[in-house]
Amino acid sequence: MTEHLCDLPAYEQVRRIKDGEISAVELLKSTFERIDAVEGRQATTEPYTPSPTDLEKVHAFITVTRERAHAQAESIDQKVAAGEDPGPLAGVPLAVKDIFCVKDTPSTAGSKILENFISPYSATPVKHLEEDGAVVVGKVNLDEFTFGSSNESSAFLPPVGNPWDPAYVPGGSSGGSTAAVAAGEATISLGTDTAGSIRQPAAFCGVVGMKPTYGRVSRYGLIAFASSLDCPGPVARNITDTALMMNAIAGPDSRDATAANTPVPDYSKGLMEGVKGLRIGLSPEYFKLKYPDPETGELIEQPISPEIESAVLAAAQTFAEMGAEIIEDVSMPNTHHGIPVYFVISRVEAASNLHRYDGVKYGYRFPDEEENLRELYKETRGRGFGIQPKLRILMGMYVSAEQYEKGHYERALRVRTLIRDDFERAFDPSGSYKLDCLLTATTPTTAFKLGAVYGDSVLMQYADLLTVPANHAGVPGLSIPAGFGENGLPIGIQFIGPDFSEATLLRAGRSYEMATEADAWRARQPKVIETL
Amino acid sequence: MGNGAPLMSEYEAVIGLETHIQLNTNSKIFCGCKADSWADPPNTNICPVCTGLPGVLPVLNRSVVEKAVLLASAMRADSIQSRSYFARKNYFYPDLPKGYQISQYNEPLALGGFMDVPLPEGDQRRVTITKLHMEEDAGKTVLEAGRRLIDFNRCGVPLVEMVTGPDLRSADEAAQYLIRLRQLLRWLGISDADMERGHLRCDANVSIRIQGLDVLNPKTETKNVNSIENVRDAIQAEIKRQIREVKAGRTIEAWTLDWDEDSGTLRKMRVKETEADYRYFREPDLLPIELDETWRDEILSALPELPLDRRARIAKQYDLPIYDAEILTEERSLADYFEKAVEVYDGEPKTVSNWLMNDVLRIIRSKGVKAGGLQLQPRLLVEIIDMVDEKKITTNTAKSLLDQVEATGNAPVEIVERENLAQVSDEGALRQVIADVIAGNPDQVKTYRAGKESVIGWFVGQVMRESKGKANPQLVQELLREMLAGE
Ligand SMILES: [Zn+2]
Repeated sequence: MTEHLCDLPAYEQVRRIKDGEISAVELLKSTFERIDAVEGRQATTEPYTPSPTDLEKVHAFITVTRERAHAQAESIDQKVAAGEDPGPLAGVPLAVKDIFCVKDTPSTAGSKILENFISPYSATPVKHLEEDGAVVVGKVNLDEFTFGSSNESSAFLPPVGNPWDPAYVPGGSSGGSTAAVAAGEATISLGTDTAGSIRQPAAFCGVVGMKPTYGRVSRYGLIAFASSLDCPGPVARNITDTALMMNAIAGPDSRDATAANTPVPDYSKGLMEGVKGLRIGLSPEYFKLKYPDPETGELIEQPISPEIESAVLAAAQTFAEMGAEIIEDVSMPNTHHGIPVYFVISRVEAASNLHRYDGVKYGYRFPDEEENLRELYKETRGRGFGIQPKLRILMGMYVSAEQYEKGHYERALRVRTLIRDDFERAFDPSGSYKLDCLLTATTPTTAFKLGAVYGDSVLMQYADLLTVPANHAGVPGLSIPAGFGENGLPIGIQFIGPDFSEATLLRAGRSYEMATEADAWRARQPKVIETL
Repeated sequence: MGNGAPLMSEYEAVIGLETHIQLNTNSKIFCGCKADSWADPPNTNICPVCTGLPGVLPVLNRSVVEKAVLLASAMRADSIQSRSYFARKNYFYPDLPKGYQISQYNEPLALGGFMDVPLPEGDQRRVTITKLHMEEDAGKTVLEAGRRLIDFNRCGVPLVEMVTGPDLRSADEAAQYLIRLRQLLRWLGISDADMERGHLRCDANVSIRIQGLDVLNPKTETKNVNSIENVRDAIQAEIKRQIREVKAGRTIEAWTLDWDEDSGTLRKMRVKETEADYRYFREPDLLPIELDETWRDEILSALPELPLDRRARIAKQYDLPIYDAEILTEERSLADYFEKAVEVYDGEPKTVSNWLMNDVLRIIRSKGVKAGGLQLQPRLLVEIIDMVDEKKITTNTAKSLLDQVEATGNAPVEIVERENLAQVSDEGALRQVIADVIAGNPDQVKTYRAGKESVIGWFVGQVMRESKGKANPQLVQELLREMLAGE
């Protein structure tokens, strides 16, 4: 098997560039070769007719920014040649989820309504990654405005395929990010997580994904979905690279009032310190799904997939062997409220956040209606938005209407604090559990087939059942690969810790990587690159 | 009253005012753009934040909170909240780039409050405040040749919305309230409060009822009134219209009216198709406004004595008519000027007041500056008054001296010396001038000697002119009488 530069870990790419063994331009070339090899036909907003070859390709990108990337890579090489520090992410190919504004690039949110919007500014976390030397290779696909868990709702089709088997979804909404990173089309990616949108696709694509504490990373330049839940976060192939990304993006921002001023640690430090004495909890609520029957409203209980359950338990065993304390039966009684509460809060905020797309200032405008303002709005929004934004606008409008507002949104906010209370109890240093983190499955199942769930928005949402509580509580969550299911698709496990405990979660993740380094499953390669 | 219809005088008006006050911060409420765009070309003070580009976030300008707190405190709010919130008011309009306005809603900065407005008859009217909150302004839509043009300069300009209870009883009272509010805003230094420039906007809610009945009838809302005179005229017209309608047996409907300044008439605005539901909810992009003790104290340490309080104190402390006190406290800088002058003046404060009201105000108005910006500083004014008191100079000389000091900033005493402006009290010199005047005007002398003594005034004028205004007028008169009677 030949070595491809694009498959190297970011830290190794940086080392070789800094040591002059390779150039950033060479690395970029390798990355573009990979993109050309696995990407397949360009996703567009034209009417989509699936073809069988689509199911062999990744289709991660909406825009590949070849020239912009080339210029960045050259400037990295110049810095190295001049003996200047090219930065801790020097030359590392970065794919940016197309929900972030990146200066002078189309920033589409996966929607027709922003198809022609070129951003005049860059999002704060993108700016920081570029300052650290990362090279933006393109903008990757997502569910339209991040509304989905499979990437199938994007206006840009073909849909993203899972690199381990492109007939399966990559998860979502950061599916373009995780697929690109898994397939070597980028070494790292910047995603967003509102209900699990980084962690769930990371699990589905066998990569590392972290949702930081709410406020740890600035949201400035992130096209808003649910403002009180949205978190930008890293996607990478290993923990060490994830830490490098966190070093770049974490911190306060004078442009985001909700960004935290809490000091930022060096996330690369302490990764190797092990888990001895770490108190890791297992909660029964995270081993079964409890959700209301869509017909009767009665609560149904269903266990998570057995192979995923055993992966979590095996990981717990591994941690115990490394000296961690495993605390079982941690009660998280409000977990099952996560999805209903999410339905209300996210839709109310989303409906409002989508108000600005009216065809007046930028983006798509229905061309034949200049006279009548109402018609202009109706036609522009009717044609510009896909089905998912429309559903969310409708529900958001409905639950925030004056006659319901007290009944729904405010009640949801109250239930949200109950979910937060569950975590505070679990992590309380003087409580009965005193956990450093929880260990759970990231998803109830491995990736599902394209088209298998899409269209059932309630069922689709339950793919986020194990991830959404961390968004409500604002606490950080980390998903890492932990083997494969019988269908050959990746399994992810998740760590959830208290506010600003990202360093602890990364340390736990790194310990697990080291403990399983020699496992046979670690040698597997995604189907789309096996044959290259 | 019997069974007949009530007379016109048996109705009283019930008026509440909704005001929007543009705060005079340097930058806008949620971004760094310049706040005041008066006379700037359209869309020149804008950025991604205030034009609602995808992905942007608001960051609260703290000086907006500070100015709003000063206002709330000056309006004697029952409570200034230690924690308040912004909400989103959602609606579609092209000049509202985000599709929602960030405004405080049900958890505002301040609750309650009032202002006691003095009325010309000497009474006062307590006007309660039912709402005082911060919000951002929207842009401006201009319809031009069938096109809809939008200027985003005004987007994000900080406003305080302040609404009164239905406490005002006439158009004049409404005007008085606005005059006092404008005075207060300028006094506090939080708004330029120029209605013509939209710094202070006013909508009037008007209804009528039979005198003495404690009911609230359906009201109309009059919008688009941009001067205090127009507010008065529009309310007056609306009260008359409502009385006419009721007397004709028709009911008042809750219309929105538009005041047409040129024709002086009210026009009914198009009724909204549906009652708007703004779907308010807390703004998740902003943290709650936490007004802790330290910050609050820091803000309120800058709260000056309020104009009506100062008016009362100045009248009492310096034994001045309320008329004087009113003029001296029209504007804070003038009141400061007055008190500084009085402090260094040994005579009656009323003397300083007279000089201020008659002469210094004339200079202030013609130069368009505030009292504090004059070269003619309070101590220099007092130097001049002292010289008049000591009869070193005449009142006429003093008046021209005021302008000279204002123009040069030089000390009055020096000017008097340099330009030889001191009063001429040298009898010998004056006798010579008077003798010349008498010799040159035999007709007037005849008239005087024939018994028409009032001609003496004319002689004084002549002598003063000959002496270039420097002669001591009392001495001139004495010598004139003596010399005219002499032969
Ligand atoms: Zn701006």
